[in-house]
Amino acid sequence: MIAIMALCVLISVPVLTIVASLAGDSDGVWQHLADTLLWEYIRQSLTLMLGVGVLVLVLGVGPAWLVTMTRFPGSRILEWALILPLAIPAYIIAYTYTGMLDVTGPVQGFIRDTFDLRFGEYWFPQIRSLGGAITMLALVLYPYVYLLSRMAFLEQSVCVLEVSRTLGAGPWRAFSRIAVPLARPAIIAGLALVLMETLADYGTVQYFGLSTFTTGIFRTWFGMGSATAAAQLSVVLMVFILVLVLAEQWSRKRARYHHTSSKYSRLAQIPLHGWRKWAALLACGLPVALGFLLPFLQLAWWSWDTRHLVDFSAFSTLLLNSLQLAASAALIALVLGVCIVYAKRLQPGLMMRSSFRILSLGYAIPGTVIAVGVLIPFAWFDNSVDGFMQARFNVSTGLLLSGTLVAVLFAYVVRFLPVAMNTLDAGLGKIRPSMDDAGRSMGFGSWQILRRIHLPMLKGSLLTASLLVFVDVLKELPATLILRPFNFNTLAIRTYELANQERLTEAASSALMIVLAGIIPVIIISLSISGSRPGHDTRA
Amino acid sequence: MRKLLVAVCSAAVLAANMVLMTPLFASEVNVYSAREENLIKPILDRFSKQTGIKVNLITGGADELITRMGLEAGNSPADLLLTVDVGRLLRAREMNLLQAIQSETLEAGIPAQYRDSEGYWYGVSLRSRVIVYDKQRVDPASLSTYEALADPTWRGKVCIRSSSNIYNQSLTAAMLSHHGVAATEAWARGLVANFARNPQGGDRDQIAAVAIGQCQLAVVNTYYLAGMLNATGRAEREQAERVGVFWPNQQDRGAHINISGAGLARFARNKDNAIRLLEFMVSDEAQTWYAETNNEYPVRADIPVSATLKQWGEFRADPLALEQLGIHNAEAVRLMDRAGWR
Repeated sequence: MIAIMALCVLISVPVLTIVASLAGDSDGVWQHLADTLLWEYIRQSLTLMLGVGVLVLVLGVGPAWLVTMTRFPGSRILEWALILPLAIPAYIIAYTYTGMLDVTGPVQGFIRDTFDLRFGEYWFPQIRSLGGAITMLALVLYPYVYLLSRMAFLEQSVCVLEVSRTLGAGPWRAFSRIAVPLARPAIIAGLALVLMETLADYGTVQYFGLSTFTTGIFRTWFGMGSATAAAQLSVVLMVFILVLVLAEQWSRKRARYHHTSSKYSRLAQIPLHGWRKWAALLACGLPVALGFLLPFLQLAWWSWDTRHLVDFSAFSTLLLNSLQLAASAALIALVLGVCIVYAKRLQPGLMMRSSFRILSLGYAIPGTVIAVGVLIPFAWFDNSVDGFMQARFNVSTGLLLSGTLVAVLFAYVVRFLPVAMNTLDAGLGKIRPSMDDAGRSMGFGSWQILRRIHLPMLKGSLLTASLLVFVDVLKELPATLILRPFNFNTLAIRTYELANQERLTEAASSALMIVLAGIIPVIIISLSISGSRPGHDTRA
Repeated sequence: MRKLLVAVCSAAVLAANMVLMTPLFASEVNVYSAREENLIKPILDRFSKQTGIKVNLITGGADELITRMGLEAGNSPADLLLTVDVGRLLRAREMNLLQAIQSETLEAGIPAQYRDSEGYWYGVSLRSRVIVYDKQRVDPASLSTYEALADPTWRGKVCIRSSSNIYNQSLTAAMLSHHGVAATEAWARGLVANFARNPQGGDRDQIAAVAIGQCQLAVVNTYYLAGMLNATGRAEREQAERVGVFWPNQQDRGAHINISGAGLARFARNKDNAIRLLEFMVSDEAQTWYAETNNEYPVRADIPVSATLKQWGEFRADPLALEQLGIHNAEAVRLMDRAGWR
């Protein structure tokens, strides 16, 4: 237990380092911000969160229910295809849609040529706007909500639903009054991930020219040279999230969500007919088409166009580096996640719960800020060891950890552990406490209960947690960029460097590689979830 | 569970491997570069080939690299810091991360204006920020200076990217040092009033916006337009061909100039190699490569410019000491905030 607390503290160091900046002097930057842009940052960040939040619920929960409970044309395919947008990094979908839909893009060019119009003589939605950013982020982030709510729907006992139907509730009421409220912890966990990712996003909002908290952080840091004020802005960002999380917890009060019945029968999926079946196809097909198919095809098209400019020999190294980092980070996050979540179950005291909250914040902080939060303690440690060794033994140890992949992996863990923790916590919450009691009555210790009861029951959540981290690391850019060792590049870095030179079409081939590398784990998640229903051994 | 343990152990071994992977060459030099890999690696490879010195490279944003150097302090492996903007070199110097070097090759090759007077940093290539205009709708005779962009005649006709961009910060910093705060703020407000749209996208996007008629003027760096003119995509080339280049302020102080450059790290362990690399960057070979591949202006006056740049003719460059851009950077950002330049 003490070991796990120590671990939590260690992982919290970067977040706490950032919080410590509150003590620093921001050199009048706050006064300046309050006079100029602070309210704009707050307004745009809140609007962004609200918009993305509502949209991911619409795109995620409804389709999850439809593919779980009903049958309609293509529903078997959509079941797993709905997760595919997860493989596309937000900044890449933003670049892709801008390339297609911006005033200078082919779509508007076609409109002008066909109808012989000039700019300003026709209406077309502005892609680079707050609305555009909301759409882009929602399109690639809704899978978190879809994934977790689908898992919850699959795990629900049919009993409650059957009871609701015998009491006269129609299918819509069964969905809105029973299934959704019961799936609430899962839906909220998904939503929390989405909102944190939204707050941490820099690539998209910066490219669209918005004034949100993240763009503000970098503007103060780089433009005004005030790292302290930038870190303080990040703390405000964390407070945002903390308030949200606490509000949700408070509203949930003492409700518990594990099922009291263990009667699971095969879900009878209702076949839809008539207009309903097409409406369902549209509701589930649209997110896949817009969030994955269209950008994927555009990237493929650009890659084909620029194939002669691309050095494919370098790709195998880049791919290998990306995969190696993603796999290591996923494994570490999984092991740590299980330990922490289980410790919280065993001792749900204030200490454990609050450190759980602090750790969760990592996901809401922009990667660059996390990276600096890692760099500061690591460099301090390295320089202290070096100083000590020089003084004592006249040997210089140089930098031991900074500038190595250890630092990179540590940053990934700080940033992505919350994804694993949230998924595992939601899964573990559904295992009845009586299972623990049963184990204990058989003379099992905590470790044995975990190993012989919980882990086997959590199989689905374990897989999902590790693959989510895997895909997230694959897409990660800023922390890798700052912390990596010499001569080490990943696919995301290659994509960013070309896009940064405004060579979008040339960046497409490495972007496509990221997407392709991410698709496979994403499909594995989907398939394993379909088979994860308790009492459901094989799919007919 | 045993499988898991095996997996954890092998991950640990893998990580340890990666840590120890960095080979210790007898002769090497470590570069922190804000210039992207594809725009610097070819030059570094040629240097390695000629001298046998291995070059280790990390690329990234200049501010991030400087932050990292600062935190690594005395143990930083960096020998040479490369940036694409003079303001960042000045910040590195201010943070005491650079050391001065004296080199006859560098001093003879690089005009005094484009290097630090004490030798803390040296420019290796130049770029100018110019006005581009819609050839069909704008008479170049109606253009004159950066200052005139704030004139009400251009209401709703100017495109420029966000003020978060370092090139706009440097341009405004230059205005600040020529005209002072009050006049520059009035200029920025006038410019903002003339925006055709909220600042968005990069310099290439501004050029494209002029080409399709969303605006009539844009302010961009020279190499972006040159890059579009030489692009593989036909659409991009056609857009670039619709705009003309106008050199601002030719009757008075000259067009705004920025450099890409490098400085020797204060704690460099491979000092001699780093100086050799820096000297190589102003050699005929490297300077010609910069000019041809990235359409930048060579820092050495005796190296010919690329064919594309040649069409735009000679121009008078603002002789302002580049230190001024760094000194006024933070004030420029605050001023643009106040003027509503997003």
